[in-house]
Amino acid sequence: MLLRAAVWLGLFWAIGLLAGCGPAPFNEKERATIVSLSLSALKPLPPDPTNAYADQPGAAALGATLFFDTRLSRDGNVSCGTCHKIDRHFQDDLPLGVGVSTNNRRTMPLAGVAWSPFLFWDGRRDSLWAQALTPLEDAREHAGNRAAYAHFIAGHFRERYERIFGPLPDLDGVPDNAGPLGTREQQAAWASLGDAQRDGVDQVFVNLGKAIAAFERSLTPQPTRFDRFAGALAKGENPRSADALSDEEVQGLRLFIGKANCITCHNGPRFTDDHFHKTGVPDAAGLPAESGRADGVSKVLADPFNCAGRFGSGRLENCPELLFIKKDGPELLRAFKTPSLRGVADRPPYMHAGQIPDLAAVVDHYARAPKAPAGHSEAEPLTLSEREKAALVAFLRTLSDP
Amino acid sequence: MSASLRFLLALLVLVVLVSGGFYVSDRLRPTAAAPAQAQAGLPRTKPTVAGLYQVSIEPENATVPQGELHAWVLTLRTPDGKAVDGAEIAVDGGMPAHNHGLPTSPKVTAALGEGRYRIDGVRFNMGGRWELRFAISGAAGTDAVAFDLDV
Ligand code: HEC
Ligand code: HEC
Ligand SMILES: [Cu+2]
Repeated sequence: MLLRAAVWLGLFWAIGLLAGCGPAPFNEKERATIVSLSLSALKPLPPDPTNAYADQPGAAALGATLFFDTRLSRDGNVSCGTCHKIDRHFQDDLPLGVGVSTNNRRTMPLAGVAWSPFLFWDGRRDSLWAQALTPLEDAREHAGNRAAYAHFIAGHFRERYERIFGPLPDLDGVPDNAGPLGTREQQAAWASLGDAQRDGVDQVFVNLGKAIAAFERSLTPQPTRFDRFAGALAKGENPRSADALSDEEVQGLRLFIGKANCITCHNGPRFTDDHFHKTGVPDAAGLPAESGRADGVSKVLADPFNCAGRFGSGRLENCPELLFIKKDGPELLRAFKTPSLRGVADRPPYMHAGQIPDLAAVVDHYARAPKAPAGHSEAEPLTLSEREKAALVAFLRTLSDP
Repeated sequence: MSASLRFLLALLVLVVLVSGGFYVSDRLRPTAAAPAQAQAGLPRTKPTVAGLYQVSIEPENATVPQGELHAWVLTLRTPDGKAVDGAEIAVDGGMPAHNHGLPTSPKVTAALGEGRYRIDGVRFNMGGRWELRFAISGAAGTDAVAFDLDV
């Protein structure tokens, strides 16, 4: 009799344990936070009021062609796609981007870039088209000049260009190479042009950027296992077994939105707050000291192609991001843009100059939270066991395609 | 029944009770408490530090979004409730617990009349406890006020 009771009790115990094992369910607040990270929470693509061609398929198609055309460079060997590789999440797996020569920053992946109000690690551009013009004239990247680009468009894309943007300006008398940022001769050639000629070249150059920007707007983040998991959670369903997260991944997710504080900066469906932070990442060996966002702010305000410029909206009042930009404060010095963590496991090395080789080392960095090279680091030391660190890495891997 | 069997049984009962207890405590842990208390106890109307004014703030659109630039409406009154127009208002703030300021520089962009001022360019880029501070100069003098809010 007693024995039978013992057997029953044992059975109940086993059932209770089975049901109780595995991670505890998420509470309402955790559930809401997890859903806020899923792609289903992504806002519609924001319009770009400074680019009238942003959503024209013809402009996007021309932009796609130009993005991969190596003739858009001084030596005919560098395109945007040289560094932003289509089969590598639009980045290049290198610590520092390499074009005509080596850059001092890591190539950024481009999925979801059109949601980002400020571009580059220091946010020194405020639209995709103004951003695209920068590498084209950067001596380390495409190393070209705007007069050469205008002639190139006239020579090879006249018909497609004119169908979208209207008649090309008269480029007779514009030297083959001229631009305000080029070599000494190119700058002199640029200075010798009349206003109308300079304006015509600028217009073609800007439209080239606007076409590339239209193409980049199509680079959207793709759903991953995490999104399917969060989607099921949102509907109060159990994720299907292939989409479920393992106990370790769930533990990592809990840490990410909880004790490890990752969510403070890596928030929203792109896992970024689109802002700039100091996280104690060391300067890269052998490179000049960085001033990060502090420099980015003065550069974006001075950029003739910014939102307030005459190729943009023409009025600062129409440019809220510039109008309300934070211009000073200790937080800006050496702060860098929070990168999206979508697809992050597929693209080491990490940080703005590839300083950290893999995800385990990134998590170690946050656990230790070293002092910033200058000023106060926003990252606080974390007490994480080895299992918890591994769980965080396991969770980050669920942000990659299946 | 032998002593050893009784011991085994006692052990089993103990294990059941203990694991069951953990199980139950896990499921019954207070869950949805957090969101409900969100703005409770955080006033949106306050006297200024030296008592020169009474200040109310409201987000322009009922909710306070995370991540987006948005506007607030500040209403300025004398302690006895008269609207104060023509004041200069400077905006500051941040997250005291995180030791950082606001990510943007919000400004008064319009005086709406009847003591109301539109403050635009506010962005809360992360969740948590924020502080909005206002330095106010009006006919009655210069004073300041700070509001806490949870995002
Ligand atoms: C030499 C390699 C290289 C080439 C060529 C290159 N890029 Fe980049 N790209 C980078 C690097 C490095 C960064 C980050 C630079 C920085 O922050 O200073 C970057 C940043 C960007 C960003 C900012 C992303 C973000 O999230 O802020 C965009 C957009 C971009 N590139 C698009 C382009 C386009 C369009 C072209 C062609 C016109 C191009 N890139 C050519 C290496 C390159
Ligand atoms: C204070 C804001 C902040 C917090 C908190 C934070 N991050 Fe970051 N994260 C950043 C910034 C800013 C960078 C880029 C820093 C740089 O390049 O110098 C970054 C970079 C990364 C990268 C590299 C991505 C890439 O493409 O290079 C990973 C991975 C990462 N963070 C994961 C985490 C994890 C995991 C946590 C929690 C343990 C966390 N972050 C907490 C702001 C933050
Ligand atoms: Cu904060």
